[in-house]
Amino acid sequence: MRDIAIVAYQQSDSVAKAGAVNEVELIMPVLARTFKQAGLNSAQDVDFVCSGSCDYLQGAAFAFVSGVDALGAVPPIKESHVEMDAAWALYESILKIRMGHADSALIYGFGKSSPGELPIVLSQQLDPYYLAPLWVDSVSLAALQARLMLDQGMITERDMAEVVSRSRRNAMNNPHAQLSGDISPEDILAEETYLSPLRKSDCSPISDGASAMIIATVEQAKAWGLPYAVVSGIDHCIETHNLGMRDLTDSVSTRMAANHAGMNTGKVDVAELYAPFSHQEIILTRALGLDKETVVNPSGGVLAGNLMMASGLSRVGEVFNRIVKGEAQRGIAHATSGPCLQHNLVTVLEKGENA
Amino acid sequence: MSQPEILSQAFELGYTYTRSTGPVIGRFFTELKKRKIVGIKASDSRVVVPPMEYDPDTAEELSEFVEVGEQGEIVSFAWVKKPREAHPMQVPFAWAMIKLDGADVPMIHCVAAAAESDIATGARVRAVWADETVGFITDIRCFELV
Repeated sequence: MRDIAIVAYQQSDSVAKAGAVNEVELIMPVLARTFKQAGLNSAQDVDFVCSGSCDYLQGAAFAFVSGVDALGAVPPIKESHVEMDAAWALYESILKIRMGHADSALIYGFGKSSPGELPIVLSQQLDPYYLAPLWVDSVSLAALQARLMLDQGMITERDMAEVVSRSRRNAMNNPHAQLSGDISPEDILAEETYLSPLRKSDCSPISDGASAMIIATVEQAKAWGLPYAVVSGIDHCIETHNLGMRDLTDSVSTRMAANHAGMNTGKVDVAELYAPFSHQEIILTRALGLDKETVVNPSGGVLAGNLMMASGLSRVGEVFNRIVKGEAQRGIAHATSGPCLQHNLVTVLEKGENA
Repeated sequence: MSQPEILSQAFELGYTYTRSTGPVIGRFFTELKKRKIVGIKASDSRVVVPPMEYDPDTAEELSEFVEVGEQGEIVSFAWVKKPREAHPMQVPFAWAMIKLDGADVPMIHCVAAAAESDIATGARVRAVWADETVGFITDIRCFELV
């Protein structure tokens, strides 16, 4: 099997409202920086391009096609799209390279959530007969999950506040973060509830932005002379859409994906987990069996800025950054999709030879 | 100068097709219209409400319907202080996971309550039916505390 390297990653700032800036204008500066980091000129210099976005955010069918305007697709390029977080676009690109159909790929994800009402938009991804007609929103479903854990004594509100506090403090070192600050768990516990048992701080913010990555075979990365991290494993698993039949206090699919991706074959220095709600970081940490050896969400995670359809790819990018900076030898990145951590993807990254 | 004529035409975005809900979801909706709630037995005999067509663990096709009660118990709830425009209620209410009597798997629906302090995990609730039932999940308008 062909080993695959990540050679470049860039992200926009995570902002609450990008205003009049459209999706193409969100993507273009990020792509320009990504090409520059890899020493490439344009999408013509890679063999394959795959993006992740959600037409429901833009409110129009095939809206993702407009994203291609950011690439310059003439002369024709090989291009694909997933109606998912761009972490799954990474997955598709890795398959493409492993099959020998490409030696390099550009992956990008973008989301402008501010114009709509994101929790209500996300209600339309639910069971179309039993749940979507009720318009039960994503924050309410997460609140049901949190209360199950609180009632069963698996977590306390203080545990949740500690996750938020650590996220805000870690995000002070993340130049792209939307929410950061020296905030104590006590400060958070003093907040009133927003959607009980959740406080506003327990929920990731609404964010606009984009991220992009370039991957290649290890041979190609070496030929380009770039520092790289190796993707040693990647897998994703999904649970039933019936929330009542899932154990919402655990994440079985995350654990399965991590095992398939080979997480447990070595030490995990860093883990970037896509937990849109504070209690979900605790679920994921426990499901993966991470202990104090692993630094969790040093970027602040998505509680510090949640770029729909890009933040999963950003988790991979954050781990890549730490490996090429020499801060970590090996790490995992997690991405999620669906209500209450329904669908989960785990990527294992390791230091490349010249990183 | 005369005012330019503005052309206008009413437009409603809609879909002209209907969709069959099939033997399982369709049966559930037909029963709701009759103000009855049915579940289905999963491979491990757990009663699932609303019914599913296939068992998520074994992928077995399911077909054994079971009538369940219109009362049940709250397994978890979320208190909505500020309802959203799309929500089924415009006054503070709860979303809840409700295990109906005779069911093993909780369903999600809304619960009417005057205040958050009135509602608790383990509280008993009863279905409130819409004035006119049409065979839709909203035939259960909400649940109310017993």
